[in-house]
Amino acid sequence: MHWSLIIYAGIITFVTRFSMIFLLKEDILNNKAKKILSFVPAAIFPAIIFPPIFLDDSGIVDLENNPKILAAIFAIIVGFLSKNVIATIFVGLISYWFLIFFIFNKI
Amino acid sequence: MNKRLKTLTKGIIDVSPLMIPVVPFGIIYGVIGMDLGIGPYMTLGLSIIIFGGASQIVLLQLFSGGVSSLVILSSVGAVNARHVLYGAVLSEHLSGLKLFWKIILSYVMTDQAFAVSNDYFKKNNKDNDQHYHLLGSGFTCWTIWQISTILGIVLGSVVPEELGLSFTISLTFLALLISDFRKFKNIIVMLVSGLIATIGYNTIPFKAYIIVAALTALIVAALLTLMDLKKK
Repeated sequence: MHWSLIIYAGIITFVTRFSMIFLLKEDILNNKAKKILSFVPAAIFPAIIFPPIFLDDSGIVDLENNPKILAAIFAIIVGFLSKNVIATIFVGLISYWFLIFFIFNKI
Repeated sequence: MNKRLKTLTKGIIDVSPLMIPVVPFGIIYGVIGMDLGIGPYMTLGLSIIIFGGASQIVLLQLFSGGVSSLVILSSVGAVNARHVLYGAVLSEHLSGLKLFWKIILSYVMTDQAFAVSNDYFKKNNKDNDQHYHLLGSGFTCWTIWQISTILGIVLGSVVPEELGLSFTISLTFLALLISDFRKFKNIIVMLVSGLIATIGYNTIPFKAYIIVAALTALIVAALLTLMDLKKK
């Protein structure tokens, strides 16, 4: 690998972060735009969450032999009830370990 | 305590719980870098120069697959394109800052830092020093990412893959959405995004499934918002 490739990738990444902060001036966005942009986390994070949970190593949807789906459901229930970030992560991880050790026998 | 220091500390504290899954992720990245034989300097160099976990792993995967530089760079751009939207959201609060600040804060703007600091900005809109919160949350991410990269380089593959620590990444992002779980419109937007990403994972080229899913979901969000405004 060339350092130049790394530097180009770094510049591209920086531009994605910097462009809007640099270009947009205050009050350029009206209330409608702000309201729509408030959906950004809801629009992006599931695209990061879903594929690794539902797809197996070969990229095929796996609904049956898949402890991640159940663990994610437990995490969602706890998140919904507690509104607590840390509790959500821990319940998800601990129920995942419980499932792979005792139910799915993955280890 | 000085007010700026207080805000900075608040940023560090707010983002800290989200750093727990970042450590194994960084270690996994470091291990992959060493396994592919690009050496410790380049492995750490990627973390410092690019500073974007998912895109670094995509870059290494594609590089090891012998893919052309153009495809690699397009893929890095596609994976990181979501930051453009984060920037658009945060610009409202950062537009008054000097260029130097904008450069520094852009460099450290990660998913986690965006999520916690955006919440803080919304609640403390009048505060002139609110950007110290993003400085704190961003540099906490930066420091943890570099340390865990180094740990991965040094430790090699001692972390057993069976523990499924990569699953914690999904859990972090899921936990960041808990305040959206009670809003009907947000649930629709989340489902659209997740389903398109899952279907598009194998079919959309250049690993662009995240930004394609996000933009489609945002269009749905726009339609829902406009429908709501019309009703009133």
